[in-house]
Amino acid sequence: MSSQLIQDTFRMNKLPHIWCPGCGHGILMRGIAQAIQNLGLDKDKVCVVSGIGCSSRAPGYMDFNTLHTTHGRALAFATGVKLARPELTVIVITGDGDASAIGGNHLIHAARRNIDITTIVFNNNIYGMTGGQYSPATPTGDLGTTAPYGNIDRPFDICNLGAAAGATYVARSTAYHVNPLIKYIQKGIENKGFSLIEGISSCPTYYGRKNKKGDSVNMLKWQKDHAVDVKRAEKLTEEQLEGKFLIGEFVSTTSPEYTEEYQKIIDRLSKER
Amino acid sequence: MKNNVVKLMQGNEACVEGAIAAGMTFYGGYPITPSTEVAEGSAEKLPRVGGKFIQMEDEIAGMAATIGAALTGAKAMTATSGPGFSLKQENIGYAAMAEAPCVIVNVQRHGPSTGLPTSPSQGDVMQAKWGTHGDHPVIALSPSSVKETFDLTVRCFNLAEKYRTPVILLLDEIVGHMREKIEIPSADDIEIIDRKKPTCAPEDYLAYGVEGDELVPAMAGFGDGYRYHVTGLVHDETGFPTNSTEVAQTLITRLMDKVEKNVDDIVEYEEFMLEDAELVVLGYGGNARAVKAAVRKAREEGLKVGMFRPITIWPFPEKQVIELANKVDNIIVSELNYGQIALEVERVVKGATKVSHIGKINGEILTPDEILAKIKEVL
Repeated sequence: MSSQLIQDTFRMNKLPHIWCPGCGHGILMRGIAQAIQNLGLDKDKVCVVSGIGCSSRAPGYMDFNTLHTTHGRALAFATGVKLARPELTVIVITGDGDASAIGGNHLIHAARRNIDITTIVFNNNIYGMTGGQYSPATPTGDLGTTAPYGNIDRPFDICNLGAAAGATYVARSTAYHVNPLIKYIQKGIENKGFSLIEGISSCPTYYGRKNKKGDSVNMLKWQKDHAVDVKRAEKLTEEQLEGKFLIGEFVSTTSPEYTEEYQKIIDRLSKER
Repeated sequence: MKNNVVKLMQGNEACVEGAIAAGMTFYGGYPITPSTEVAEGSAEKLPRVGGKFIQMEDEIAGMAATIGAALTGAKAMTATSGPGFSLKQENIGYAAMAEAPCVIVNVQRHGPSTGLPTSPSQGDVMQAKWGTHGDHPVIALSPSSVKETFDLTVRCFNLAEKYRTPVILLLDEIVGHMREKIEIPSADDIEIIDRKKPTCAPEDYLAYGVEGDELVPAMAGFGDGYRYHVTGLVHDETGFPTNSTEVAQTLITRLMDKVEKNVDDIVEYEEFMLEDAELVVLGYGGNARAVKAAVRKAREEGLKVGMFRPITIWPFPEKQVIELANKVDNIIVSELNYGQIALEVERVVKGATKVSHIGKINGEILTPDEILAKIKEVL
C-alpha cells in the first residue's frame, strides 16, 4: 500500500520507477517530495528540472511542473524558468556527472549568481545510465568501465565546489541519513538564494558490483559507518577521520538573490518613467 | 498621419526593436561578435518593459535559459554568431522536440571555427537546417535591410508562437552592422500572434495532444495551473517518454508537418525584374543588395536579367524556384559561401535549368560588378 505522501506528490500512473533494485535514488526522491509537502507548497507553483542520467528521470514521477532537459543543462534551463517566473519554487535534480562534469560550468555560475534554485545532487559516484563509466565523483583508484585499470582522476568534493562558487546554502546527507536530508532540502528551499544539497546515493548495479562494495544493504551500511557530521568532526583527530566523509550543513548564509536584484532594476526604471 | 518613429539604426538594433514590438519579455544569451548589439540592446530595453535579460555563462546556457523562460509563457529570444550558433544546436533540437516557441538570432560571421570574427559570411545556412541531430522542422528568415530586420524579427516571434517551434533569424554581418533610416510602425499596425493556450480543465490537459487535423498543441505555461512534463525524449501526447516506435513515427511526422504543410504560410520571397528575364540571380540577406544593383546595371546594358530573393530560407521556396527554373535559361546563385544554397537550388530544379554559383569565402562582400561579370560570363 502506498503512503499518503506518495499518493499526494507522485504521478501514480508513472510508477514503478525505472531504477535498479537497491538504487538509492528512490529514497532521495522521496526525501524531496517529503520536504515539499512539509513546507506546504502549492504543487502548481513548484517546478522540478533535471538533466540526463539516472537521477534525472526523477521529475517524470513527481506531480509538479516538470522539465527533463539536455545533459548537464538543467541549471541553465532552470535559470530561465526562475528568472522569467520568480514566484515558482524551482528545484533541480541532477547526478554527479550531470552536475559536475558536463554541467560544471552551469553549477558554479548558478551558485555565483545566487539565484533562488535548490539543487539536489544524487551522487552515486558513477555514470549509471550509460553503464558504469567513471564520473568526477568516482574515488581515485576505483574501477569503472572506462577506468578498467583504476581511476587516476581526483574526485570533486561537490559541496566544496558549490560553497567556493558562492552558494548560500550547502549541505550533504545520504540515502541512509534520510531525516537530516529532508531537513536540509527544506532549508534549501526556504533559503532565498542558491542552495546545493548533495545526497550520497548508491549504485549497487554498476559502481558497487564493479568495486566489490557488496549489495545495496552493505552500501547503505557503508554510508552509515563512514559519514561523520561536520560538527562532530571538529572534535575528531585526522586519524579518526581517515576514510570518512562529512555530512551536515557546510554553508548557511545570506546574500542578495538574483531575481530580486533584477526586480529592483525593473522597479527603479518604472519609477523613472 | 500615424505616430511612427523614424530612426537611424543598425540591423542588430532593429532586431531588438522588433523583438520588443513582438512582445519579447526574456533574453538569455552570451555575447559574441558581430551579434553583441542584440544582447546590449536587449539588456537596456527589456527591464524598461518589465522583461528580463540575463547574460549566461555560455551559448549553451543562453539557449537553455531561453527555452526555460519560454516554457513559463515568456516570448524569449537569444542571439549569437557562428561558433555560438554551433554551441546552441543541441538545445535548438530540444526546443524543436519539446515544441518550445523561441527565436534564435544568428548574425553570421566568417568561418569555419573562429574564422574572421568581424567579417560577413553566409556560411550558416546549412547549419541552420542541419545543425542539430535528427529530423525536425526548421524555419529561418533572412532580412536584407534594417527595416526588414525589424519586420522579420516580429515575424520570427509570430511564427514561433503559431507553430510552437524555434525560429531562426538568419542575419549576416552586413545587415547586422549596416545603418539605415527606418520607420518603426506604431503598435496598432503590427500583427502579433500569441501561442494557443489550453481552455480545458487541468486534469483533461494533454500537453502534446492535438485535435482533429490540428498540428500544434495548446501550450500552458509552467505555473498556470496545468502541471505537465516536458522532455526531449520521444513522448506521447501526455508529454511522457516512451520507447514506442509508433509514437516516435507519429510525433516526428507531426513536428515535420507543422512546417511542411504550412509552407505557403511561411514562405516569403521578393521578385525583381523577373517579367521577361532570361537569367535570374538568386541572392538573399545582405548580399541580395549587391545582386539587385548588378541586375539594375545589367538591365541598363539591355540584358534580360532579374533577381529572386528568398526571404524565408527554410523552408526553401521550392515551388517558386521550380517555376522560375521552367521559365529561365540560367539561375546564378550568389552567396557569401562556397555554394550552400546553390546545392539546394540544384536539388530543387533537378536539371530544369542551368545552375551556376558565384560566392566569396574570404570575408569580403561580393560587389555588383563582380556579380555583373558573372552574369555576362554565363550569358
